[in-house]
Amino acid sequence: MNARAQTYMWVAQRASAAVLALCVVVHLATMIYAIRGGLSAAEILARTRGNVAWLAFYAVFVLAVAVHAPIGLRPVLGEWLRWRDASRDGFLAALAILLTVFGMRAVLGVFL
Amino acid sequence: MNKLNVRVWRGGAEGAFQAFEVPRRESQTVLDVVTHIQRALDATLAYRFACRVGMCGSCAMTVNGVARWTCRTHVDVALKNENQLTIGPLRNLPVIRDLVTDMREFFDKWARAKGSFEGKQTRRDDFAKIRPQSEDRRQIDAAIECIGCAVCYASCDVVAWNPDYLGPAALNRAWTLIKDARDQKKTERLRAVAGDAGCHSCHTHMSCTERCPKHLSPTAGIAGLKREAIFAFTGGSS
Repeated sequence: MNARAQTYMWVAQRASAAVLALCVVVHLATMIYAIRGGLSAAEILARTRGNVAWLAFYAVFVLAVAVHAPIGLRPVLGEWLRWRDASRDGFLAALAILLTVFGMRAVLGVFL
Repeated sequence: MNKLNVRVWRGGAEGAFQAFEVPRRESQTVLDVVTHIQRALDATLAYRFACRVGMCGSCAMTVNGVARWTCRTHVDVALKNENQLTIGPLRNLPVIRDLVTDMREFFDKWARAKGSFEGKQTRRDDFAKIRPQSEDRRQIDAAIECIGCAVCYASCDVVAWNPDYLGPAALNRAWTLIKDARDQKKTERLRAVAGDAGCHSCHTHMSCTERCPKHLSPTAGIAGLKREAIFAFTGGSS
């Protein structure tokens, strides 16, 4: 991978990490707050259905994961499994698409 | 007289440690120990040294599991509580014989990182004026005293995991040149050091910085290269 692509990936990795740091804190804090005294699926759906703010928040969360995880996995595959040829990037691109599709499916599942 | 138990690597990639007893002396360096073995106990022991005063960078070895410059490492420092000194060749480099490693790949990576100065002035031009207090010059000062001993390279886990990784010394060298106002190959050099084998592969373990006998921080230089790459490659020029 050339220097320009590598640099963009590095920036994307750091930027997505910053987004994730915020998202994870909000997600955990909300969960801990929301499940006090128990919580049912109906209660969750009552809060999330039609709530554009939660839709936007979790959409950003999912996209940050889809960017961050494959880039982070790239050196792990290279260093631990010695998988360094072009097929590695194909696999990681597919992983990014899968994370986006399944993540957004889950987000839309509780919004619609 | 006190005796020191010493185990020294014998052989190439395959081999074994051989035990010696060496007289313990005051202010004794690890290189003194190896030299005593070679001169008094076993003349076939292969090792490398030259200046004995921490300038040439040729005597680095693995001492009790840690890469060190042996001419400036006192036995007192290398030993913890035990009376056992284990001396082997540097890690991450092919072993030629005993304590001697093949350093070609280490220095070839300096070339791959475009570690040679490329100026444009001739002898007829005036001297370039670089203020000693300028930010760039101060950053160069902090990184320039590398003696090429490969202690950082042997201490780097990323080199062990990814043999193509240029390593701390080569990247540190590239950093000093990128900060050099007279140098003409900044973008080309950044292209060489920001690819798959370059600065972005660093995990910031800081083993190089921890072990560098000259107390340099290749980690800081590598972080600097990442910053420079952002300015160079995300602004439009490549």
